[in-house]
Amino acid sequence: MLHFLIIAPLLFSIFTPILYQNIKRIHTGWMVLLIPISIFVYLLSYLPKIVDHPFHLTFNWLPSLGINYDLYVDGLSILFGLLISGIGSLVVLYSIFYLHKTEKLGHFYTYLLIFMTAMLGIVFSDNVFVFYVFWELTSLSSFLLIGFWNYREKSRYGALKSMLITVLGGLAMFAGFVWMSILTDTSSIREMIENSELITNSPYFIAILILILTGAFTKSAQFPFHIWLPDAMEAPTPVSAYLHSATMVKAGIYLVARLSLIFAGTDEFFIIVSSIGLLTLCWGSYMAVKQTDLKGILAYSTISQLGMIMAMLGFGTGVAVFAAIFHILNHATFKGSLFMVAGIVDHETGTRDIRRLGGLYTLMPITATLAIFGVFSMAGVPLPIFNGFLSKEMFFDATVDLSEEAGTIYQSIGPFIPFIALLGSIFTFVYSMILFFKTFTGKIQLDKLERKPHDPPFGMLLSPIVLVTLIVVIALFPGPFNHYLLTPATSAVMGEVSQTHIKFWHGFYNLPLFMSLTVLVVGIILFLTREKWVRVYNRIPGSWSMNKGYDYILDGLIKGSKLVTTSYMTGSLKNYVRMIIGFMTVVGLYTFIKTDGWAFTFNGATLSIPEIAIAVTMMIAAISVLFISNRIAGILVLGVVGYGLSLLFVFYSAPDLALTQLIVETVTVSLFLLAFYHLPKLKEEKESKTNNFINLVISVSFGIFITLVGLSSHSSKWFDSISSYFVETSYTLGGGNNIVNVILVDMRGLDTMFEISVLGVAALGILALINYKKKGDVE
Amino acid sequence: MSILSGILFTCGVYLLLQKRLMKVIFGTVLLSHGAHLFILTMGGLRSGAPPILKDGVTTYTDPLPQALILTSIVISFGITSFLLVLAYKAYKTNGTDNLEELRGTDNE
Repeated sequence: MLHFLIIAPLLFSIFTPILYQNIKRIHTGWMVLLIPISIFVYLLSYLPKIVDHPFHLTFNWLPSLGINYDLYVDGLSILFGLLISGIGSLVVLYSIFYLHKTEKLGHFYTYLLIFMTAMLGIVFSDNVFVFYVFWELTSLSSFLLIGFWNYREKSRYGALKSMLITVLGGLAMFAGFVWMSILTDTSSIREMIENSELITNSPYFIAILILILTGAFTKSAQFPFHIWLPDAMEAPTPVSAYLHSATMVKAGIYLVARLSLIFAGTDEFFIIVSSIGLLTLCWGSYMAVKQTDLKGILAYSTISQLGMIMAMLGFGTGVAVFAAIFHILNHATFKGSLFMVAGIVDHETGTRDIRRLGGLYTLMPITATLAIFGVFSMAGVPLPIFNGFLSKEMFFDATVDLSEEAGTIYQSIGPFIPFIALLGSIFTFVYSMILFFKTFTGKIQLDKLERKPHDPPFGMLLSPIVLVTLIVVIALFPGPFNHYLLTPATSAVMGEVSQTHIKFWHGFYNLPLFMSLTVLVVGIILFLTREKWVRVYNRIPGSWSMNKGYDYILDGLIKGSKLVTTSYMTGSLKNYVRMIIGFMTVVGLYTFIKTDGWAFTFNGATLSIPEIAIAVTMMIAAISVLFISNRIAGILVLGVVGYGLSLLFVFYSAPDLALTQLIVETVTVSLFLLAFYHLPKLKEEKESKTNNFINLVISVSFGIFITLVGLSSHSSKWFDSISSYFVETSYTLGGGNNIVNVILVDMRGLDTMFEISVLGVAALGILALINYKKKGDVE
Repeated sequence: MSILSGILFTCGVYLLLQKRLMKVIFGTVLLSHGAHLFILTMGGLRSGAPPILKDGVTTYTDPLPQALILTSIVISFGITSFLLVLAYKAYKTNGTDNLEELRGTDNE
């Protein structure tokens, strides 16, 4: 059943265009809404079972390769599954009111449903290769959704960028998967976890780890791969809310959490994941303050929050993992609602620029209230009605506890981590305040807005209201969420059952609360004085940015490959011939020397004087062709070579050859002479000395190569020629005395047949060429 | 004889690298001569009677390379004559036989 449910959105996506085309009266979204809701309800029914008993389902796909559509249902996958289907339902509901019926809704919902399948597939897959298939499907559908308004230049740029970066990471991850499955001889994640020491003890462990983490970091927009996320904000807002805050960007988080049982506990994992996570946390929150676009702020905020979750997964302690899982849930709720609020503001005012916004509180009271909850939850304001506060508190708790962990690496780095976390959280607080107060308070600038804003229709508000309700409910009653969702998920990541209670209140004398208060105080001060220190952005990052690096690399790749291609694809026949012949000579001579082909033995054949005379004549003739500039002389000298060849055939007892060569040479020469009148004069062409020299070197070395091969081939003879067979059976089987002719028409008659066809085709070709006239030619 | 065929190849390749279409055709002719001679040489130049059965003769030269060369001669003749006509037509159509001027456009 679950197998079917995962691909249900994909199957339904086939019908969306049909529904869109045929049922014009109803917004297509209403029909789509059914799918995520039913998945959500079905997954809820798993919840009670899953608490203690994870289970797996299997469905044969490619059993001969050991690749099966295996599903694994445990706390972690259920948590993500519920997020995907739950927020998916809300986003579809929101998009019904956000997107007008004139948009290409058929496309939109098709892409969205493909994405939903891909995402569900990722979180439930047990097989790494199936996982990878769904992983790339998310990249693809995200690409389609970002470029939904494909008539905009920026949408296309953002879509391409996200595609390139996430696919780059996906391929790296795939390499890591292949490596892991070779080491453990299985492609099932569960079995890999059981044999995890095979991976951690292998000498390639670091390479595998980096490859897998590259996949996770690109998908989850970790530093320095975060650059695609702000550009992905060109997507319609429901898409941003769904893909780029709640679900897709958490795929990397999911990957790290899922494979924690293999990697966690090693120093490398701790160092890479924690440091990248913390760096992303600080950089994202720092850069968010600089943004002026609502969605830009939210994008950088997502980056920073994902960094925070990633860092906690990197810590790998019980409380840290629990906090990470908790924050995944919380972030999905408040970030989803904030995106929807940003979409509403955009929808009602026509702009998302905070420099033009302000004072919307009086005009849009409901929206503003919703925003308060989201923003304060994101900032971690120490009030127990915001779930973000609870998970942030746990984050601080985890960082403080880190130095008490066993292991030198924890003890040496641990003490610094709370300060980094503090720094990131302060900036988080500042941008959250900017986000709210610049939009909803202050003076309203009606003249800069496109229309007079007011609260949107209730349907549009419904989804954010649900999410905000969740924010408060999770904060006030964390117990059931903890029991059914968070604890099973943590157990799935840690591999052991752990019970953590979410406390509203830690009591007065504890460090995390003190840290939260520090964030509050310093954050408020920084927010109020931001005009004074905002100049710091001119210094860091200043003119230097990751985006420029990306553009530079992309530009460089295009320019570089153009340069390379034009350097050898000159369009000049001469250069190609040079390359072909030169390459043949180099490879041939190298092989010749490498295999020691120098041993020449001369046996049997001695040259008589007439033979030598003919050979010398031919040499002279051939060389003189090079220098002749008179065409008739050229043709005749060429004839000398041919007739010389037929004379040689006479000497070497080849009467048929001599005959044919004689005739063919005669015909060729007469053909040349026939065409002589029409042919161009062999004018002396001016060639530069170096060109001539290169030509000479290439041709001489090729000649030497041929000579050497000819000479050395006589020196080694491994088996007798089969010619004695022809000699013996020519009369008895073929019934002829002329052995060559018997070979041609009897023993190897097929060659002759096709040789005849070659002649025929040549004749037809010549005929066609002569008769061919360009259009408009008059004769 | 290997040296001779080597020289024929040298001249053939050198001509191939020239600008004039005619010289290129000359080059292919020389190349095919060289190749035929090369095949014959590789078969062994041991002298013997021509490969026509006759009473009293015991050693014949190798008939197989001869058959191969015979095939090859005919094919190269076909190719050469086709090339010649092609060169003639190209010259008539384009008004030049300089290969450097016969380059494709940049967009190719």
